Amino acid sequence: MTDSKYFTTTKKGEIFELKAELNSDKKEKKKEAVKKVIASMTVGKDVSALFPDVVNCMQTDNLELKKLVYLYLMNYAKSQPDMAIMAVNTFVKDCEDPNPLIRALAVRTMGCIRVDKITEYLCEPLRKCLKDEDPYVRKTAAVCVAKLHDINAQLVEDQGFLDTLKDLISDSNPMVVANAVAALSEIAESHPSSNLLDLNPQSINKLLTALNECTEWGQIFILDCLANYMPKDDREAQSICERVTPRLSHANSAVVLSAVKVLMKFMEMLSKDLDYYGTLLKKLAPPLVTLLSAEPELQYVALRNINLIVQKRPEILKHEMKVFFVKYNDPIYVKLEKLDIMIRLASQANIAQVLAELKEYATEVDVDFVRKAVRAIGRCAIKVEQSAERCVSTLLDLIQTKVNYVVQEAIVVIKDIFRKYPNKYESVIATLCENLDSLDEPEARAAMIWIVGEYAERIDNADELLESFLEGFHDESTQVQLQLLTAIVKLFLKKPTETQELVQQVLSLATQDSDNPDLRDRGYIYWRLLSTDPVAAKEVVLAEKPLISEETDLIEPTLLDELICYIGTLASVYHKPPSAFVEGSRGVVHKSLPPRTGSSESAESPDTAPSGVQAAEQPAVIPTQGDLLGDLLNLDLGPPVSGPPIATSSVQMGAVDLLGGGLDSLMGDESEGLRSDVGGSPAMGGSGSFAPAPSTAVPTNLGAPLGSGLGDLFDLTGGVGTLSGSYVAPKTVWLPAMKAKGLEISGTFSRQVGSISMDLVLTNKALQVMSDFAIQFNRNSFGLAPAAPLQVHAPLAPNQSVEISLPLNTVGSVMKMDPLNNLQVAVKNNIDVFYFSTLYPLHILFVEDGKMERQMFLATWKDIPNENEAQFQIKDCSLNADAVSSKLQGSNIFTIAKRNVEGQDMLYQSLKLTNGIWVLAELRIQPSNPSFTLSLKCRAPEVSQYVYQAYETILKN
Amino acid sequence: MIHSLFLINCSGDIFLEKHWKSVVSQSVCDYFFEAQEKAIDVENVPPVISTPHHYLISIYRDKIFFVSVIQTEVPPLFVIEFLHRVADTFQDYFGECSETAIKDNVVIVYELLEEMLDNGFPLATESNILKELIKPPTILRSVVNSITGSSNVGDTLPTGQLSNIPWRRAGVKYTNNEAYFDVIEEIDAIIDKSGSTVFAEIQGVIDSCIKLSGMPDLSLSFMNPRLLDDVSFHPCIRFKRWESERVLSFIPPDGNFRLISYRVSSQNLVAIPVYVKHTISFKEYSSSGRFDVTIGPKQNMGKTVEGVVMTVHMPKAVLNMNLTATQGSYTFDPVTKVLTWDVGKITPQKLPNLKGIVNLQSGAPKPEENPSLNIQFKIQQLAISGLKVNRLDMYGEKYKPFKGVKYITKAGKFQVRT
Repeated sequence: MTDSKYFTTTKKGEIFELKAELNSDKKEKKKEAVKKVIASMTVGKDVSALFPDVVNCMQTDNLELKKLVYLYLMNYAKSQPDMAIMAVNTFVKDCEDPNPLIRALAVRTMGCIRVDKITEYLCEPLRKCLKDEDPYVRKTAAVCVAKLHDINAQLVEDQGFLDTLKDLISDSNPMVVANAVAALSEIAESHPSSNLLDLNPQSINKLLTALNECTEWGQIFILDCLANYMPKDDREAQSICERVTPRLSHANSAVVLSAVKVLMKFMEMLSKDLDYYGTLLKKLAPPLVTLLSAEPELQYVALRNINLIVQKRPEILKHEMKVFFVKYNDPIYVKLEKLDIMIRLASQANIAQVLAELKEYATEVDVDFVRKAVRAIGRCAIKVEQSAERCVSTLLDLIQTKVNYVVQEAIVVIKDIFRKYPNKYESVIATLCENLDSLDEPEARAAMIWIVGEYAERIDNADELLESFLEGFHDESTQVQLQLLTAIVKLFLKKPTETQELVQQVLSLATQDSDNPDLRDRGYIYWRLLSTDPVAAKEVVLAEKPLISEETDLIEPTLLDELICYIGTLASVYHKPPSAFVEGSRGVVHKSLPPRTGSSESAESPDTAPSGVQAAEQPAVIPTQGDLLGDLLNLDLGPPVSGPPIATSSVQMGAVDLLGGGLDSLMGDESEGLRSDVGGSPAMGGSGSFAPAPSTAVPTNLGAPLGSGLGDLFDLTGGVGTLSGSYVAPKTVWLPAMKAKGLEISGTFSRQVGSISMDLVLTNKALQVMSDFAIQFNRNSFGLAPAAPLQVHAPLAPNQSVEISLPLNTVGSVMKMDPLNNLQVAVKNNIDVFYFSTLYPLHILFVEDGKMERQMFLATWKDIPNENEAQFQIKDCSLNADAVSSKLQGSNIFTIAKRNVEGQDMLYQSLKLTNGIWVLAELRIQPSNPSFTLSLKCRAPEVSQYVYQAYETILKN
Repeated sequence: MIHSLFLINCSGDIFLEKHWKSVVSQSVCDYFFEAQEKAIDVENVPPVISTPHHYLISIYRDKIFFVSVIQTEVPPLFVIEFLHRVADTFQDYFGECSETAIKDNVVIVYELLEEMLDNGFPLATESNILKELIKPPTILRSVVNSITGSSNVGDTLPTGQLSNIPWRRAGVKYTNNEAYFDVIEEIDAIIDKSGSTVFAEIQGVIDSCIKLSGMPDLSLSFMNPRLLDDVSFHPCIRFKRWESERVLSFIPPDGNFRLISYRVSSQNLVAIPVYVKHTISFKEYSSSGRFDVTIGPKQNMGKTVEGVVMTVHMPKAVLNMNLTATQGSYTFDPVTKVLTWDVGKITPQKLPNLKGIVNLQSGAPKPEENPSLNIQFKIQQLAISGLKVNRLDMYGEKYKPFKGVKYITKAGKFQVRT
């Protein structure tokens, strides 16, 4: 008597047979038939044709049959909306049933029928059920509000269900509270702006009480909701923590992790001197470790979260290294995560154990895992200085195994160790050289070549070794080619006598036979350097290299703080903020950790500027990434060479162009080199000194039309000009740190005495120092371009910001943008290249000689066809005509005539854009009416709208 | 919240789907199949997979993939916990969680899923409540049902659903009132080549079978509660009592449940009951190797170590093994390269030994990796951590229950590296 019999009737007339059975008089047969229908449905067969027949079975006293029919309805109502209406009456009747189980079932099912027409009928029964005397019905109804909201959000708001739902948070039954919170959280997710879950100390208290009594799932919802609350002081934070801590001993791991999230977040507010702080830290470790004894899937999610927690507060798990040791039958995704955390926890105290483990892992079967383990040994060496020697000998042991991929990984990490501890472990080079032939991966080859080049003076046959690589130069990957080029140049500088031929060979290979611009440019640079000034070349190429940093893959502090707020969510699994991947979460409000309120402790608490507003302030016109990249790809990045940049340099002029271009590309790939940790090319390190030194004098009037100076003079003599310059909007954030690996850019545009400038504030919110800034604009409507390179004099240290005024000119290349005043900007630093776009106010383009002769004005006004006239309203402006005209004059909008017609002031004004377009304006001001009417006439009518915007900005500020 | 659930068997057939919101097409599982193909081994399929419009969170239990589809930001642990709960419920209802069991009871499965989740929110996941709503299938009941036409769906509201003790149903009645506790401890350990312990900890649980009438209020105390510093509790346990008095005080659910799970990790408390002596070596260029393993007892508190089984994943190059066992029997599967040696009981007088020749593929290089030995064993009437139940008291009911405690120690993930 099993249900598998329902699957056996797969004959042709199946549907027909079922139809007959459904309409049978016998109850039992009916039920069997419905079961068969459900069985077909579960495996994805289409049984929607039976809709009317199944619905007919709905009016029954048999609860099981009713449930089955409801199941069917939920699945197919969408495809048969007209038929579904037939079921409405039964639903409404069931909502009045004396049995609360049936009332709840009815309201639950109705919510699942995703048909617009039905939702209207649902409102009344739902309202009743939300106030039902039975808590079981109330809690079901609470969820139903969320369902309804998903189908028709407007309806839910209009009917006031949201308020009813908010009231349910104070319900006497904890289950109802939990479900209300869950429903509100879900609704809030699709409406990030609405503050549905507006928590106050009273409601928090309610939630904490319900937390103790509701089911495990309810606890998760309540804890997640608590995590969004911002306690008003450390005392409140502590009392919440105290009440949440017992949840750490819950058997459900999701409850544990949600509790950990609340504690990690509120801990931020507690003073470190507090005893409670220490107690809390201690209490956090055991539950996290316990998560690791659960099923592998749970372990994986737990490990991803522990990874974040360890970065934020390493002290919690510092004694628990052993639980992260890998078992050979762990799934690979668990192994890799454990390894990562092991390295993060490695310290002088436990390094011996860790190394022994890692060596063990290096003999495992799984290739990916083995590679990562070998790499981990290298990372340990770099992280814990005392262990470096042991790590190197472990790596040598591994090289002796001659397992191909182990050897290659080992060589890659040894190169990093050399960079961290120069002149310490070079004795191993001989062993490395023995394995030269077995290397077949580009990264390992490049690493080996770097080592040979760097230590050429100690390797007797360095020239032979490098020469052997040179034979197959064209077949190598770019990485290897670049490295080989640099290594041979190094070799030449160290042993110039024997290697002349070799260096010439590689230079000609790189410059003449290669299609790769990076390679060619680097080749040319070396060539020029060597031929003009070998001493300088030596200084550049063999310069001291900066040591590599200890931890290479830490998450940026701003991002880490945000992710801590998302512990336990998908974001924590992907280590990305939800805005980066969750669909349809455009306006997701960024979460940030609360600032510490207790004792003054600045060392630890990171700078968490409320990042919530950034998203909202971004210009709304950012084109899709694809477009932008496409456009900007045409640009060559790096400082533009348009000005008089290298005039001070002693290099011949012939080389200037080449050097400029070459350096640009070198600097461009420097960041790449650093990222992949190959970063061996000393030329890159030295390139800073060769970067085109911009003239320090600010190029005034560079971009302004020639006559502007005269214009100014005339204005002065006229005595009307105000020298205050045009209106400057306050700075807004253009590039949030989140999107640019920690670089935040805010800025505005200004125009002062004929020159336009872009006032920028660069803030480094990353861990590492930023340097080598450069800026470039995409082609734009008015040819705006930087008139001088972006000058950041000193490297930007973490948490530092610098203000820069970048002079602009309008001689760049022109392309019409949409919107017209859109400007796409690329900013480069040593980390990466970042793109953003912003809108500039048009009035920065209004030139100083924009005053037209009266006759000329009249003639032009008549001349421009009427269809080019555009009318706008400027509302809520209380200035009088004189104030208006002087204010506008400050921004180079000149009043030519003023008339008074029937009590209205008419101002006739003109302005000229940098590209010579004249715009004529007529501004009508009624003394009693705060709305002005602006008529604009222009031969290029598309600018009118932006001119109007400029008017509005100027007048209202 | 959880949008849909697909059950997929090992050969990649979707044999059940359930949608709690709008219907998501089966094709979404293609992303899962892709990941499965990449992972090669079924165990290695990543539990969280992102697709352009959805996220797939899956677990692998009893040769079935439970793949859930979610669309919004949801705590993945919540989903994984829930999926395990679904699998547990199937196990509980049908005795096994297998494709055939699910297919045989598809209507009940569907009813259960509908009862467990509403619009993606968990509704009733406690087995006590579910069983009141939907009666588990028994042969007798299906016969009775087919004769009388009654159904296996309860038509009253489950009583525990809304009370402050949602895990217990009301009106429980037994003629024999019994309460049994099984203290089960598993030793997870990694032993290195030289026989010293790299890592060891004890994962303990107390599983209870409580058949008591009415609303009994129990308190369980231990001789040495200080051992338990890292514990996870069933929701029924009063946390405050534990914090202050180190006594487990609770109104139990009816039937079988896990009362607490705990972890003992301080190294000196974890005794390792067996030792292994081993030589596994492969000769260079001779396509053969030696294999010699002896297992002996150690630190077993005078109890017998039994049920000993050793499994070894031999390297790929191993073709066959010619061994002799002084005790028990061994099998070697040349396809999966798994050697299993069923030892049985260890008698200290005559230590079990397995010895012989390993045949390698001719011409293949010497295998790089050293196989790990996986040991299983059992010790009855011993909790290796030394945990002991002191007494069990019952309040709130008049009758005198029958009480029992059983201890057992097992090997968990017990690995010996060679």
